[in-house]
Amino acid sequence: MAEAPLLELRNITKQFPGVLANDHVNFDLRQGEVHALLGENGAGKSTLMNILYGLYTPDEGEILLHGNPIDLGSTKAAIEHGIGMVHQHFMLIPVMTVAENIVLASEPRHAAVLLDYDAARKRVREISERYGLAVDPDARVERITVGQQQRVEILKALYRGAEILILDEPTAVLTPQEAQELFEIIRSLKEQGKSIIFISHKLNEVLEIADRITTLRRGKVVDTVPAAGATEEGLARMMVGREVLLRVDKKPAQPGEPLLEVEDLSVVDDRGLEAVRGVSLTVRGGEIVGLAGVDANGQSELIDAITGLRPARSGRVRVGGKDITNASSREAIDTGVGHIPEDRHRRGLVLPFTLAENLALHDYRKEPESKHGFLFPSRMVEKARRLLREFDVRGGTPLTPAGALSGGNQQKVVLAREIDVDPRVLVAAQPTRGLDVGAIEFVHRRLVEQRDAGRAVFLVSLELEEILSLSDRILVIYEGRIVGEFPPTATEEELGFAMTGGRREEAA
Amino acid sequence: MTDDDGKFRDPKALEPELVPDAEDMAIPTPATEEYSPRRFLALQSQLGGFVGPLLTTALAFLMGGLVVLLTGKNPLSVYKAVWNGTGLSWFFHVGNHHINLPLVGRTWFWWDTGSLAAGNLQQTLLITTPIILTGLAVAFAFRCGMFNIGGQGQYFAGAYLAIWVGTSFAGMNHVLHVVCCIVAGSLAGAAYAGIAGILKATVGAHEVISTIMLNWTAIWVGAYLFGQGGPLQNSTQPSIPISNDIVEGARLKVFWGDPLLQGLSVGIFIAILMLVVYWIVINRTTLGFEVRAVGFNPEAARYGGISVARNYFLAMAIAGLFAGLGGAVDILGWQYRLGETDVHANTIGFIGLAAALLGRNTAIGVGAAGLLFGALLNGTSGRQLDPTIFRPDLAGNLTTIIQGLVVLFVGLNLTTIVRRRHK
Repeated sequence: MAEAPLLELRNITKQFPGVLANDHVNFDLRQGEVHALLGENGAGKSTLMNILYGLYTPDEGEILLHGNPIDLGSTKAAIEHGIGMVHQHFMLIPVMTVAENIVLASEPRHAAVLLDYDAARKRVREISERYGLAVDPDARVERITVGQQQRVEILKALYRGAEILILDEPTAVLTPQEAQELFEIIRSLKEQGKSIIFISHKLNEVLEIADRITTLRRGKVVDTVPAAGATEEGLARMMVGREVLLRVDKKPAQPGEPLLEVEDLSVVDDRGLEAVRGVSLTVRGGEIVGLAGVDANGQSELIDAITGLRPARSGRVRVGGKDITNASSREAIDTGVGHIPEDRHRRGLVLPFTLAENLALHDYRKEPESKHGFLFPSRMVEKARRLLREFDVRGGTPLTPAGALSGGNQQKVVLAREIDVDPRVLVAAQPTRGLDVGAIEFVHRRLVEQRDAGRAVFLVSLELEEILSLSDRILVIYEGRIVGEFPPTATEEELGFAMTGGRREEAA
Repeated sequence: MTDDDGKFRDPKALEPELVPDAEDMAIPTPATEEYSPRRFLALQSQLGGFVGPLLTTALAFLMGGLVVLLTGKNPLSVYKAVWNGTGLSWFFHVGNHHINLPLVGRTWFWWDTGSLAAGNLQQTLLITTPIILTGLAVAFAFRCGMFNIGGQGQYFAGAYLAIWVGTSFAGMNHVLHVVCCIVAGSLAGAAYAGIAGILKATVGAHEVISTIMLNWTAIWVGAYLFGQGGPLQNSTQPSIPISNDIVEGARLKVFWGDPLLQGLSVGIFIAILMLVVYWIVINRTTLGFEVRAVGFNPEAARYGGISVARNYFLAMAIAGLFAGLGGAVDILGWQYRLGETDVHANTIGFIGLAAALLGRNTAIGVGAAGLLFGALLNGTSGRQLDPTIFRPDLAGNLTTIIQGLVVLFVGLNLTTIVRRRHK
């Protein structure tokens, strides 16, 4: 294609204190294409897009639209130039209806002050029909699914006249089915002449949907390549800067004694509703059992009940034969339950604590970390130094606050702590959430190592790919019940079907 | 500074410098290990530790100076007079003097212990003592993620018990009597704050509300105790709403200055000792580890096996211990008695609150801020300030203005504002 690009970013440089987030980045977008922006966390993707959306001002470089330089001092200016952004975290008002959310900030009005709701609804319906984005304009945003909320965000951008759409990690919150639906929407938008920037760090998605792919690493553009002909391995190498093992390499499992036994467990959630309904499962030493499911189907409550963070209403939890039903979290830890929590910021780490303190979070009461209630910080540091080396944690010394590390390294710290207590059962909840390819590889390798060391690994994840590549057996949870057990040879479609409630009696 | 679930967190935990890993945020702050922002962060938090409070104080004094200017006086000469009134100038008058040391006797000394400035300094340190102790009460609870507004009430609880024990048991061994008063006062403060701690730990009652309520309860209990006909009211003059004086044997030793003219008691050493104790407990004990973990992130603490409820209670009780000790030391050190009007007029607990905020809840910070507020309070008091330079009644207000501005600016967090310009 020889035609002039619709949008061009030239030599964009953005310096943050201590970090060169964008280093002379060149990026262009053609009319009617999907251009993927690929890179690890912290590679500078979001900074670049925030510059394009007027949230940051670049230190250097210029932005050209239709060949003319434009000044994007604010998001308002960006919107006026036809640039729309769908953030990873939706910016919707939950108590308002879909139509109200979409027209917000440029509402059709009666008498200059009152919202003309009928006109708003009509406009929303028009746009949603034109682009094939089915939504109910009168539904309240808090009552619709995440996938539908994303559509509302896209509609909001279109309503404001967006010709260029920036989608920031749009599939991060979606189920595989919803992701496919999103791709349909993206294709239909493309046909209507919209141009799309698709930000992701998932290689398969980028290959599926994009026309061209630009890879960023450490703030610099590595290369821009056409999607046709690109491979996952090649893209991963560009992203990380070295060869990456995408497939998990593992020997066949050698299951031993049952170490984690859950029997007819029922747990209520924070609202007092039954979230886990009579779940029974067994994880043996030397195997990884994966629990697949759409978010909020009882996984969190199940994990909490196993790890002593939430009482069970009924049923039993046994670890190595010892009953730990309704034990405290300290008892669970002491019985040998390691727990990689799903949210390392909320639970896994005390961010302002140093790495040494975080690594001592479970055994600060024991020798050698403390004696008679007095801490020995130097011993904590000593232990931290050893663990940081063993787990290849970079970007910090034992005295660095955990919050100063990148996500991947933070997760390594959590992993180090949980493995160091020598658990019999390791509960890994979304262990690679938000991590980039290199860190995912590391975490996966460590989990398989734990399995091979004879520990029982219970893996809970929303990523089917992760479940499929790591697990020796797969359980599917739906509405608090185990609805199926699958071998690791199952397909994503089979699992996806069970995850959304299509029950099948499958033999393992 | 309050987040969704209404829990109060250490503002440090919310500062952007500590959460640069912002992949979960809408507008990310870039941070990658490759660029090693940690050195930058470390430097910034080191500087932030001193620069923030100093900037805050300087700005407050600047604005206080503007107020002085509005009254038609020269701010520089007023501040100079305040400075002289604090007695801190004593340290700069070096000469050939003598001091009487125990055991050693008359010894050569750098400073003149009998000068006017020395007298002023004694007053300053006398006020600094309870400010430090009530400041520690705020700081300790703060480290556990709670905002203890009840330093005042806990101070009173300690003071009342010290009065009661100190006016009773005449003839008891001197040291024993003092220890009894101090222990009773401290435990009273701990028990009183413990009420708020238990309420927080069991039913989740917000400590800000409960400690404020307990302040009022303490004030009116005091009004009852020392008011006419109250159980601790003066036994010889039933018309005066003041307690009896505590007996000689229950008083702290005045080691500097005239005991009859409010010389400096050894209470200041108790305060300094408590700063050390505070530092050790917070940084070098498993209890402090738990308290800090709960303060920064209760959910992560719970996940780590720490009982959050237990720590809420303990942290509150220990906080009350400090404030109660402050009340007891004040009674034993120089007040010796308490009247109904004192109970209504005393705001030392709130000055302690300001000191903890300015001192960022560290031992050194609380000590330095306590001295600042103690000096300011004493330097602008009618007795110390030369009336020809600034009207003493206005001077008292100047203290309140500066104190208020400090709290306001601490809330604004000046260093964060400066940093944000770099976005």
